[in-house]
Amino acid sequence: MSARAQTLLWIAQRASAALLGLCVLVHLATMVYAVRGGLTAAEILGRTSGNVAWFVFYTVFVLAIAVHVPIGLRAVLAEWAGWRGRGRDPALICLAIFLVYGGMGAVKGVFR
Amino acid sequence: MNTLHVRVWRGGVQGALQSFDVPRHASQTVLDVVTHIQRALDPTLAYRFACRVGMCGSCAMTVNGVPRWTCRTHIDKAVANENEITLEPLRNLPVIRDLVTDMREFFDKWARAKGQFQGTLTRKDDFQKIDPESADRKQVDTSIECIGCAVCYSACDVVAQNPDYLGPAALNRVWTLVKDERDEKTLERLRAVAGDAGCHACHTHMSCTEHCPKQLSPTAGIAGLKREVLSAVLRGRL
Repeated sequence: MSARAQTLLWIAQRASAALLGLCVLVHLATMVYAVRGGLTAAEILGRTSGNVAWFVFYTVFVLAIAVHVPIGLRAVLAEWAGWRGRGRDPALICLAIFLVYGGMGAVKGVFR
Repeated sequence: MNTLHVRVWRGGVQGALQSFDVPRHASQTVLDVVTHIQRALDPTLAYRFACRVGMCGSCAMTVNGVPRWTCRTHIDKAVANENEITLEPLRNLPVIRDLVTDMREFFDKWARAKGQFQGTLTRKDDFQKIDPESADRKQVDTSIECIGCAVCYSACDVVAQNPDYLGPAALNRVWTLVKDERDEKTLERLRAVAGDAGCHACHTHMSCTEHCPKQLSPTAGIAGLKREVLSAVLRGRL
């Protein structure tokens, strides 16, 4: 992989981390606020279903995770498991696809 | 007269600690102790030194688990338990024998990082004028006193986990060249130090900065290289 490509991965890792910091804060604040008055799951779903703003927010959240996790794991696998071979990056691309698939499934579930 | 109980690594990769009793003196350095052992107790002890005044960078060892330059480390400072000291070779470098490590990989990485100055002038040109107060020159000044002792390399956990990592000293050297306005190979250097084996592998543990005997901060230089590489990539120059 070229120096430029490795640098772009590093930039993506940092940018997604910044985004995740914001998303986690909003997510936690929302959770604390939502359960404060004893909301049920059905009531929460009633507020998220069809709400485009929440759909966009959690889509961004999922995509940031799908970018951040595989790049971070790439370094962890190299340093802690010694896996630097050719199979590593394709495996991590599969993981990214899985994270998008699973995450977007959950987002669609609360949007419907 | 007090006696210092010294445990010294003997052997290569496989070996064991051997104990010696050394007379303790005022203002005694760790290198004085090693020299006493080699000259008075066991002439087969292998160790390396040259200048004895903190300039050559050849006498670094692991002293009570901490990488140090031994010629400028007083026993009083290094002894953790009363009158006991353990001396081992530097970490992260192959051991040749006893306290001597093979430094080739350490210096090869300086070359791999493009650590050689490349100017634009010839001997027929006049001296290039550098403003000592310029921002770039000030950054060079804070990083340029490296003596190549490999203490930072030995202290770095990333080197331990990633053998390809260029290490703090080589990256610090490149930082001084990138900020040197006489140098013309900036892009080539940035290409050499970007990525998994270069500045982006640094976890900012700051062990190099903590242990550098010259009080340099390779961590700051590595962070600077990350910024320079980022800027070059975003401008499409890299």
